[in-house]
Amino acid sequence: MTPTEAHVVTPRRLTIVLLVGLAAVLACILICPLIGPSTLSLQRAFAGQWPDNQMFFGVRLPRVLLALLCGGALSIAGCLFQALLRDALATPYTLGVSSGASLGAVVAICFGFHTIAGLPGIWGAALLGAAVTLLIVLAVASEGNRMSSFTLLLGGVMINGVVTSLIMLLHNLASVRESFAIVHWLMGNIDPPEPFTLIALAIAVLPTSLGLCLMARRWNLMAVGEEWAASRGVSPARLLLIGYVAGSFLSAAVTAVTGPIGFVGLVVPHALRLKLGSDHRLLMPASFLFGAAFLAVCDTVARTIFSVELPVSVLTALVGGPSFIALLRSRRRSLWL
Amino acid sequence: MSAILELASIGISFGPLQVLEDINLRFDVPQMVALAGPNGVGKSTLLSIVAGLRSGYSGTCCAYGKDVRRWKRREFARKIAFVPQSLKLDFPFTAEEVVFMGRTPHAGGFFESDRDRGAVRRAIELTDMGEFAARDFRALSGGERQRVMLASALAQEPQVLLLDEPTSFLDLAHQFAIYSLLRRLSGEGILVIAATHDLNLAASYSDRVVLLRKGCVVADAVPCDALSVAKIDEVFHVRAEWVHRADGRAWITFDDRAGDASL
Repeated sequence: MTPTEAHVVTPRRLTIVLLVGLAAVLACILICPLIGPSTLSLQRAFAGQWPDNQMFFGVRLPRVLLALLCGGALSIAGCLFQALLRDALATPYTLGVSSGASLGAVVAICFGFHTIAGLPGIWGAALLGAAVTLLIVLAVASEGNRMSSFTLLLGGVMINGVVTSLIMLLHNLASVRESFAIVHWLMGNIDPPEPFTLIALAIAVLPTSLGLCLMARRWNLMAVGEEWAASRGVSPARLLLIGYVAGSFLSAAVTAVTGPIGFVGLVVPHALRLKLGSDHRLLMPASFLFGAAFLAVCDTVARTIFSVELPVSVLTALVGGPSFIALLRSRRRSLWL
Repeated sequence: MSAILELASIGISFGPLQVLEDINLRFDVPQMVALAGPNGVGKSTLLSIVAGLRSGYSGTCCAYGKDVRRWKRREFARKIAFVPQSLKLDFPFTAEEVVFMGRTPHAGGFFESDRDRGAVRRAIELTDMGEFAARDFRALSGGERQRVMLASALAQEPQVLLLDEPTSFLDLAHQFAIYSLLRRLSGEGILVIAATHDLNLAASYSDRVVLLRKGCVVADAVPCDALSVAKIDEVFHVRAEWVHRADGRAWITFDDRAGDASL
């Protein structure tokens, strides 16, 4: 190996990144559920002693697992959208689909839909809203069977604006009680989930994320440019479509369960890009694992720092923003800006 | 035996502007071809059509007997590489990572193989970019970037190399080095087509010059015929003179007082 090849992704580098990331996730699984207003013993929990076992397996562990899944999904979706749109400011919410999910949820709250097709009402309505928004954005962004990242970005941002104003409209018309529920939902919350929710979300998130990681070399080409990708043997229009649908699916699935949680999908990929470079073969799996750990830690802090629980979105921005800026400033290579 | 490339009555217009009109060209053997002409005559558009990057044109462009729009992208990219004039990156890829991307059409797996690494090492040596291979692509000068893009295309190990103004940002020594390299590659069995408005590079390094004017081919011949004094006056509105040196090579010199036509 010549010295210049130090930057290329090797199985060894990937293994190290994966092991460190998995260790972080595992640490969250073991440590975060122990933290809380009432102390809990891991030993007693595993021995099946009440109330420790109920608190560990029934409440806190599911909540940590939910935070891990959501953080991973949002980070990898943010990383993907940044590559597809070649826009450093892209987030899982840029292209409107999560707003569509929010609109669906707000409609369900306002009209009191408790169950839709057997799913919890907010869930079903959010997924429906996301799907409708996705189709509208695709229709706006594509010309015939062609689509460019530019039209996708413009179409997505426009529809996002329209959907957001519809949310405001409904919010304005809602009663005080509904209004409170809407605001609470729009802030994004990680509540202890039902096992069914957790399993369904895992089935949606894990295979999608793995598939995206396996396509990493193509995302590298798309991060450079569409023409560049085309002249290196891939179809940019198809990749845009696959990436947009997959990323939207991830963020809609998460939004339906937790509401919008900001900042994770923006800050985690950028922080990792500073450390690992831009190759998506490292960046994507790392985004998933470290994004997962980041949100789990933020949620643990959010529910324990004060006597009342804070919305986790407050924490992700308050913790993520300054630490990202510190990371940015510590880089001697100021090229990034 | 079908031609390597065959363009039949290619035409394209952007709105009311007819950019290319009834272009017919055939490339049968590996050689060094210069696609010459002033700014805005459609050189880049023609190259991007051949590279399979455009639709919405009339006529057909075939590579190895098959319409470029019908090729599978991956198979096409193993045969034909395209070097754009410039490239702007939004994310911090190193120069070497950009070169490695040229291996994508050959890559089977998630990681690069030894063969990939060999091809990249060779491309880096040929384009003399070893000293900045590890640097962020966005920190490189325009000329260095052009060498990286060429290296990426060479790593693709193509049989046809299409280049859009490959030396427009290069210093003189590297201009000559790159054109010598392209000429050598054409001798090794690669069809090289380079768009340029530098007539001396076109004249001294190519086997064949295709001269464009307002979207039409006005000359397609060996350099001394395609770039005759009369043709240069007709297409560029500049008075030129061929200077034959003692070592047998010829250069074109120009008279900076414009010809009778005004631009």
